[in-house]
Amino acid sequence: MQKVYGSATEALEGVIKDGMLIAAGGFGLSGIPELLLAAIRDSGVKDLTFASNNAGVDDFGIGILLQTRQVKKMISSYVGENAEFMRQYLSGELELEFNPQGTLAERMRAGGAGIPGFYTKTGVGTVIAEGKDHKDFNGQTYIMEEGIFADLSIVKAWKADTTGNAIFRKTARNFNPPAAMCGKVCIMEVEEIVQPGELDPDHIHLPGIYVHRIIQGAHEKRIEQRTTRPRSAA
Amino acid sequence: MAWDRNQMAARAGQELKDGMYVNLGIGIPTLVSNYIPEGVSVTLQSENGMLGMGPFPYEGEEDPDLINAGKQTITELAHTSYFDSATSFGMIRGGKIAMAILGAMEVDEKGDLANWMIPGKLIKGMGGAMDLVAGVGRVIVVMDHTNKHGESKLLKECTLPLTGAGVVDRIITNLGVLDVVEGGLKIVETADGVTEDELRAATEATIV
Repeated sequence: MQKVYGSATEALEGVIKDGMLIAAGGFGLSGIPELLLAAIRDSGVKDLTFASNNAGVDDFGIGILLQTRQVKKMISSYVGENAEFMRQYLSGELELEFNPQGTLAERMRAGGAGIPGFYTKTGVGTVIAEGKDHKDFNGQTYIMEEGIFADLSIVKAWKADTTGNAIFRKTARNFNPPAAMCGKVCIMEVEEIVQPGELDPDHIHLPGIYVHRIIQGAHEKRIEQRTTRPRSAA
Repeated sequence: MAWDRNQMAARAGQELKDGMYVNLGIGIPTLVSNYIPEGVSVTLQSENGMLGMGPFPYEGEEDPDLINAGKQTITELAHTSYFDSATSFGMIRGGKIAMAILGAMEVDEKGDLANWMIPGKLIKGMGGAMDLVAGVGRVIVVMDHTNKHGESKLLKECTLPLTGAGVVDRIITNLGVLDVVEGGLKIVETADGVTEDELRAATEATIV
């Protein structure tokens, strides 16, 4: 079974369709599947729903698909860095479902683990809880949230072997493993593909069972908030 | 006289106890890391997937794969660990994080907190704030006592959409420190040069 594809466009062939629910990894611009997002833009598919913590910035990340009006709905926890997003949302062109960040991560993890619903205390007593099933456990109130079962997952890892066993780097891991788990098909882009045996099996962050297609490419890896300290500081 | 931003952060720093795992929010709470008391060792969590958050990097050493929850470039420490977002919020929701220090738009006398949305104006999203206030052991709010119109931010009842209901334990403002207790807020201390009467006058919430 060959999982390695030559390009993001080739990896999307036969998979990408109008109206899909796509789970995407990344936090801010860190660890986003930037090559696959560009290829999805170029494919021209539309009416997409994205489950993704953020919506990128105007000209990078999911933002590039907002510019081309390919996104119908976002399921996100924070979208504050994207002016075009705000414009489309306020004019009614774009649907938005806010999920608390941990609820979004758990919805993805649960979907990947075959769990259609779970109870959480996050959001109890807020607008997030409206219309949701409430249940008390041990004297505390919880609300039910549903697992996300995505049509497609697009994620970014640091290294993977040709069977899809993957290692992430530092905080670029973020939503990538749970996003990978919850898709019927998962396409992963990496900085380096290695041969089986080159990664220590004890150090694998995401087993290859969750990964169906892999591509390697050069990543821009843009920094959203470059913050430094002076060298003279103690 | 009242506390400035750094003095508020320094007062919040006194809440930190040796060995704690702590999550610091954006704004004044971030400054608290500059005021960790002598002899106290705490581990800072960044909810995008890191325990053991270090200081900002030196110029030229920024790493796009190493950011905090405010998307700022940061560094790691010797005891740092990384994990995915589901694991990160598992430890938050599971009560493993001892304390969160957060900013707020409004807090009320029941401990309700509003810090994520102004209908029609600010629609950025709650990020991890709802999970944090629901899950961590102790929630400390650090904020100005009044808004830019001079109106109290410590209310009888929050007017903005809530981040969490009955979640705040302690409030540190430029005027002093108050605890959420049965029936209202209790003054713990006043800021330098602030009288109890001045603090009461600037507070809409019931003080018990």
